[in-house]
Amino acid sequence: MIPMTAIKRYLAAQLPKLVLAPSGMVILVAIYGFIAWTASVSFSSSKVMPIYDFVGLEQYIRLWSTPRWHVAVENLFVFSALYLSIATLFGLFIAILLDQRIRAEGFLRTVFLYPMALSFIVSGVAWKWVLNPGLGLQKLVRDWGWTSFTFDWLVNPNYALYTIVIAAVWQSSGFAMAIFLAGLRGIDNSIIKAAQMEGASQVRIYVSVVVPMLRPAFLSVIVLLGQIAIKTFDLTFALTNGGPGGATEMPSMFMFSATFERNQMAVGAASAMMMLAAVVAIMVPYLYTELRKPSNEH
Amino acid sequence: MSTRMRKLERHGGRLFVYGCLAVLATLYLVPLWVMLITSFKPLDEIYSGSLIGLPKQITFEAWSKAWSTACIGTNCVGLSPFFLNSLIITIPAVFVSTAIGAINGYTLTKWKFRGADLFFAVMLFGCFLPLQAVLLPIARVLGMLRLSGSTAGLILVHSVYGIAFTTMFFRNYFVSFPDELTKAALVDGAGFFRIFFSIALPTAIPIAVVCCIWQFTSIWNDFLFGVSFSAGGSSPITVALNNVVNVTLGRKQYNVDMAAALIAALPTLIVYVLSGRYFVRGLTAGAVKG
Repeated sequence: MIPMTAIKRYLAAQLPKLVLAPSGMVILVAIYGFIAWTASVSFSSSKVMPIYDFVGLEQYIRLWSTPRWHVAVENLFVFSALYLSIATLFGLFIAILLDQRIRAEGFLRTVFLYPMALSFIVSGVAWKWVLNPGLGLQKLVRDWGWTSFTFDWLVNPNYALYTIVIAAVWQSSGFAMAIFLAGLRGIDNSIIKAAQMEGASQVRIYVSVVVPMLRPAFLSVIVLLGQIAIKTFDLTFALTNGGPGGATEMPSMFMFSATFERNQMAVGAASAMMMLAAVVAIMVPYLYTELRKPSNEH
Repeated sequence: MSTRMRKLERHGGRLFVYGCLAVLATLYLVPLWVMLITSFKPLDEIYSGSLIGLPKQITFEAWSKAWSTACIGTNCVGLSPFFLNSLIITIPAVFVSTAIGAINGYTLTKWKFRGADLFFAVMLFGCFLPLQAVLLPIARVLGMLRLSGSTAGLILVHSVYGIAFTTMFFRNYFVSFPDELTKAALVDGAGFFRIFFSIALPTAIPIAVVCCIWQFTSIWNDFLFGVSFSAGGSSPITVALNNVVNVTLGRKQYNVDMAAALIAALPTLIVYVLSGRYFVRGLTAGAVKG
């Protein structure tokens, strides 16, 4: 007979694994299992309900021959490029301003970051009101005397996408600011002092010494905002609902309406897999390098 | 350069810095300002007055309408039941996911076993998963569990998909927690749970706060899960807000829309203002990993 103490000791040694096992199972099933499930639907002919047959890549071919999907992907590229570059620039600029040993820094930081605490639905609703041509910004400027001023982006199919950029930049440039500010605070002051001693101007120091040192922060900001951009759903939903006339369609909205509204479940699943592929392409190399860093480099 | 010119440049520089900050801060505050003043204006003044001007006549009518009589579809009960739904969903989901994250993070760092880092890496991807890739299976599983369209279903979903984030927070915190302390306790005869509850957890209060705030903000603000898995009466506030705003009957009541948006925003705004530091730590934790 095995002595009780041996069993006890064995159990004690296995305890950490036992504690993690439920979470591990849940993650395996709810993330990886469900991804596989979605993938299998994307290879099937499902319409209203899932059917588990196999039609190969048919749904992907159908997806990529849908004009609406092409609009969505194009929009995503335009939106992401503008959103990423503007939010990064704003974030960096504000962070540098805040790093000048100014008064009321805490208050200002709060101001630049509060939109990040709001739901995208709330900011969509707020911007929809501010940007509506009838009573919003356009009317305000016209009332000030510039009567021919026109700002109808929200209802203009050619420009509606840019209103989403405005709202998204407003909402999340504070996030970029927070990361850049953390990066700036981590820079050794003696390097800046040395450059000052050599008579370099403040602007020069930032352009050629400080900003290049922020490379890791740039990487984080671009990767993290990039994956937010791909998933953008709520903001579009609340601000333009894909309109006017489908002009602001996004992959996430396409997926939602194909799956739950247009009875094209398999096409919806295929579009979800495309989104997943895009996020994996951005996040996996990033996480790989982040995790391989020795932990003293936080 | 003469000292005078240098002084001038320095003053000019300060002026530029403060000027830019003032302009930018104003721009960032404008939407909140406009929401606030619009919500206190009577409807006639909205249609005749200015977007950014103070209300000539302050009324709380829009707030009370948004809270108790605004129509969500054909159901004119205001936002209050949905506010309650969001609380019912958010509070348990925050606690469940944070508790699981705490014990996971502790185990992954203080009781390291072969494969612990792989386990973490596999889990970490869950933080960035585009939820569209799992939306359909969740809907099917909730149906099988008979939880479709219920707040219980949303609690479950938010708890499960929160684990990746909460584990990441605690794991990154406990990585820098000295091994000597746990080892000494082990020598003294304390076990796995004893060390967790009386040594590790008490020091982890700040990260627990960060984690709770992060989870609270993201679950309260969730829209995708809410709109996909809730039905009618069980919707969270974000979904109800979107419905209130999209009511197309009659003259658009912008003051009610803004009051409704502010009601939906208040809990997270208050948490943010009261604990900004912790909020920022949560945000940047996603960028800097141990």
